[in-house]
Amino acid sequence: MTIRGAAYIVGAFEHPTRFAPDKSHAQLHAEVAAGAIADAGLSKADIDGYFCSGDAPGGLQSLLNYLNLEVRHVDSTDIGGVSPIVQVAHAAEAIALGKCNVALISLAGRPKADDVRTGTTPRIRHVAAPDVQWEYPYAIPTAVSYALAAQRHMYEFGTTSEQLAWIKVAASHHAQHNPNAVLRDVVTVEDVVSSPMVADPLHRLDCCVISDGGGAVIVARPEIARKLNRPLVRVLGAGETTKHQAGGKIDLSYTGAVRTGPAAFAEAGVAVTDIKYVSLYDSFTITVLLQLEDLGFCAKGRGGAFVADGNLISGVGRLPFNTDGGGLCNNHPANRGGITKIIEAVRQLRGEAHPAVQVANCDLALVHGTGGQLATRHGSGTLILERE
Amino acid sequence: MQPTGRTVPAPQPDAESQPFWDAAAQGRFLIKRCTSCGETHWFPRTMCPFCWSEKTEWVEASGAGTIYSWTVMRRAKPPYAVAYVELAEGPRMLTNIVECDLDRLHIGQQVELVFGQTSGDGTPPVPMFRPTGA
Ligand SMILES: [Zn+2]
Repeated sequence: MTIRGAAYIVGAFEHPTRFAPDKSHAQLHAEVAAGAIADAGLSKADIDGYFCSGDAPGGLQSLLNYLNLEVRHVDSTDIGGVSPIVQVAHAAEAIALGKCNVALISLAGRPKADDVRTGTTPRIRHVAAPDVQWEYPYAIPTAVSYALAAQRHMYEFGTTSEQLAWIKVAASHHAQHNPNAVLRDVVTVEDVVSSPMVADPLHRLDCCVISDGGGAVIVARPEIARKLNRPLVRVLGAGETTKHQAGGKIDLSYTGAVRTGPAAFAEAGVAVTDIKYVSLYDSFTITVLLQLEDLGFCAKGRGGAFVADGNLISGVGRLPFNTDGGGLCNNHPANRGGITKIIEAVRQLRGEAHPAVQVANCDLALVHGTGGQLATRHGSGTLILERE
Repeated sequence: MQPTGRTVPAPQPDAESQPFWDAAAQGRFLIKRCTSCGETHWFPRTMCPFCWSEKTEWVEASGAGTIYSWTVMRRAKPPYAVAYVELAEGPRMLTNIVECDLDRLHIGQQVELVFGQTSGDGTPPVPMFRPTGA
């Protein structure tokens, strides 16, 4: 059994806001849900499956109550910001098994309005989490966790800050064409490495933006997708995992993508060289670099050379990535970048990306996310999508 | 106890970790070793994370280690260092590096245990590290 061809992404919507002090958290979920179902050409009554992450206000039940949805399949899998990417695969599984026909996946939040700085301020996620007493006293906010991996990568492979900076530079080249992007100015390598240090070796411009808003996608069974007057975006394959400290044997040189990539490629029946466009989780520049290596776009340790000189810029390099500007420049709603990665891949496969960044003949895309804390516990999810 | 220049929130011991923190209050740094498979792990658990045996025992660690990776949180006032330290006994643990020059930390640097002060009544103290010979 496989999810290959079992479902299609028929609707996608990214909220245009990046700062929403005038809206409630649940309201943002409702607005992206309505946007996605309208984009699909379906209606509220068609939705019979619902997916959200653990950060939804009040959890899945509160949102279903607020949205007044009656569904026959629910899933609130939460492995960090990657979760919506994993949930697309779960929706395809549910559809393949006849558990639902039309699945809504929503993610939204307002960390900007609420001044939630998870990147630089330590927090306790759950007081009884077994790791809290061994970590919280040392103050390890998100930026510190990713910095530990970046530092180790530089030590093992000679990666430089200038090479990491190219990832931000590429994102900024794309964001200049996105009127909703938080950061629309094109930046240079020099701009990135001369921005203030946050946590060595990560500078301010190595970090993603903090923004409000969100997004939603609709996943439907093939018979429904074919009746809609939209380009067909088919789910081909997926992989999911988590990576952690391994009882003290943690190795910071790789991410969970070493497991999810091969699983997704095998299920999809395609090779890494077939991929025309990638949406890669970009909480920090180092996140992108590690994922590229672990997914096989380049050899382990060669990520720095691979991303340099504009190789990720659409129309310039070999592997266009995050053509909306990504989390680094456009949007990182709810401090979670999974949903926007799916949405830009759908735009590319439909041929609906901005003309300045649209990839020619974009018929195969890969979406990958890394959620949570890179250097302690993170979730990984890979999704391969095809335009039919 | 030696001053570290850094006071951090006190950990909240639970039924499983109480012996560790009781020992820390007496200046002893314990780790867990499994007598079934021989592996030493971090952070301490009753059940060995490698073979799931409950035949684990507390042993006193040497307190010697090397920096596996490090960073300095520059946005904090004052800035502080976080590291994974690879203990001489094997496991890698998250910790703070204190009593050091924040601009001269490096991977492979030899460090030694020093208990760091916690807020409140100061107990239990938490294991931190400083450059050897500092
Ligand atoms: Zn064992």
